[in-house]
Amino acid sequence: MSDNQPLASLQPVTDKGRRMLLLAGTGVVGAVGAGFAAWPFIASWTPSARARVIGAPVAAYIGAMEPGQLIKVVWRGQTIGILRRNEEMLGNLGEVESELRDPASENVDQQPGYATNQHRSIRPEYLIVNMHCTHLGCVPEFIPEVGAQPFEDNWRGGFFCPCHKSKFDLAGRVYSGVPAPTNLIVPPYSFLDDENVMIGVDPEGAA
Amino acid sequence: MAKPASNLTRNAEALGAWIDQRIPISSFWKAHISEYYAPKNFNVFYYFGSLATVVLVMQIVTGIFLTMHYKPDAASAFASVEYIMRDVEWGWLIRYMHSTGASFFFIVVYLHMFRGLMYGSYKSPRELVWILGVLIYLVLMAEAFLGYVLPWGQMSYWGAQVIISLFGAIPVIGDSLVEWIRGDFFVSDATLNRFFALHVIAVPLALLGLVVLHLAALHEVGSNNPDGVEVKKNKDAQGRPLDGIPFHPYYTVKDLFGIGVLLTLFAFVIFFAPEVGGLFLEKDNFNPADPLVTPAHIVPVWYFTPYYAILRAVPDKLVGVILMGLAIMVLFILPWLDRSRVKSIRYKGLGSKILLAVFAITFIRLGMLGMGTGTAAETMEARIWTFAYFAFFVLMPFVTKYEKTKPEPKRVSK
Repeated sequence: MSDNQPLASLQPVTDKGRRMLLLAGTGVVGAVGAGFAAWPFIASWTPSARARVIGAPVAAYIGAMEPGQLIKVVWRGQTIGILRRNEEMLGNLGEVESELRDPASENVDQQPGYATNQHRSIRPEYLIVNMHCTHLGCVPEFIPEVGAQPFEDNWRGGFFCPCHKSKFDLAGRVYSGVPAPTNLIVPPYSFLDDENVMIGVDPEGAA
Repeated sequence: MAKPASNLTRNAEALGAWIDQRIPISSFWKAHISEYYAPKNFNVFYYFGSLATVVLVMQIVTGIFLTMHYKPDAASAFASVEYIMRDVEWGWLIRYMHSTGASFFFIVVYLHMFRGLMYGSYKSPRELVWILGVLIYLVLMAEAFLGYVLPWGQMSYWGAQVIISLFGAIPVIGDSLVEWIRGDFFVSDATLNRFFALHVIAVPLALLGLVVLHLAALHEVGSNNPDGVEVKKNKDAQGRPLDGIPFHPYYTVKDLFGIGVLLTLFAFVIFFAPEVGGLFLEKDNFNPADPLVTPAHIVPVWYFTPYYAILRAVPDKLVGVILMGLAIMVLFILPWLDRSRVKSIRYKGLGSKILLAVFAITFIRLGMLGMGTGTAAETMEARIWTFAYFAFFVLMPFVTKYEKTKPEPKRVSK
């Protein structure tokens, strides 16, 4: 063997099939590994155990509410309005329907099944609704007075968002031609008894 | 007769040579500074690139010092900013430098981008310089938004609420995505804490990386100029562009003057009008964040208002978000929308001049409308200007292809 001859093991012999297999194998295993390694970091952004506990259901006492009164409670950092509607308010729900975008609550994402009705509630008298505007999350004002308003000549009572002028009726149903795309959200809730309501829990037996 | 070099000089030279054999400092200095040839006909619009770098450095330095006193905690963030303003020695100056710096960054960047539009700096071979620039602009917007949330005032809070909820418009995954971004069922301490992490390290790192790439791409193809003439086409015997001059000392000195002017204006704002009547720091942001009380009138800071006006002009949420996103994304394809034979507006036809002028007015007018309360009249007007905004990009290929251009000179004009 001459000194100038390179070692046989250093001769460039390329097994392309083997190289491709190794490349593909390393690539696929590496990508799967990277995916698994990324998961804890992605998951760390979801609500923590503490946030989930704080997000637990809240109870509200409604035994002292007058007809026509609105009270607000906080659930998961959201303002939840509880409105005890009087007879006149319930009567007006039918009158405004021609001006609403989704009068029959056909968008099922906006309320549980047990609130898919004209009054959008379990008991017609009590409306329980997430007050945050479905446009960009502001809290609309409660304006129950019937009559001319700066933003509407023939106002039948409802919620008016000062941010971008969205309008909702007294069942949280959105008017047509405003920025908010959908009705206000009805959160899951259930009556513990006639004077207490639990927000965040479906009634027993309801999905 | 030359004086024999002193020991000190010889030692310094030896040290220089020793270093150069190990790290390419002097060759880098030559390639990018002392022998980087830039066109000799730069005008005032060519200040803004280097000014943007100066503002970037200032933001990083002031930002580092702010983190030493700021608390990224929903319960104490607002108070810690007020603590910086009142109790920390010179804290008010550092904080105002940072908040004013954000607005100055956008002023400088908008003028820098307008320069690019005027002189066709996005055209071949500078497409990647432009695209990297648009990426920098995008990342800068993210950085500015994240930073505005940190003082945890009312506008911080509700601005975050509005911007994050934009992601909720995405079908199917929207709601889970919003919850994932917030890290809670509402904008809360978790949101603030992660925004702090993104604002002080993640996004600035990306920003710096993009700036390096932007400059690397620029130095590969060379700078454009107000005539749009490629100075690399005419070189002397040594291979130096005839219409170029070394960046150092010529443009370093010129830029120093520009920096002086910038800092003078900057100091004026900081000392006499740091909030600029609610434009740089909105009035509502001097109230602590309250998740249960929405300010009557939520508007972003001035540099976002053109896009906010587009968002509000559309009655449908998803379409509004898409249109707003498109308004920024369309910038990426600009290099391929311009079909003109010439780069600079100086040699383009009347059509291009009108397009650019209308576009500039459109952007400013949209910005003004985005600051308004959103009355019906404003919304109607914003729709017209939104149409004009997109018309600029839609009409550009036709106007630039068919209009009559003036011949581009061989050499830059005096």
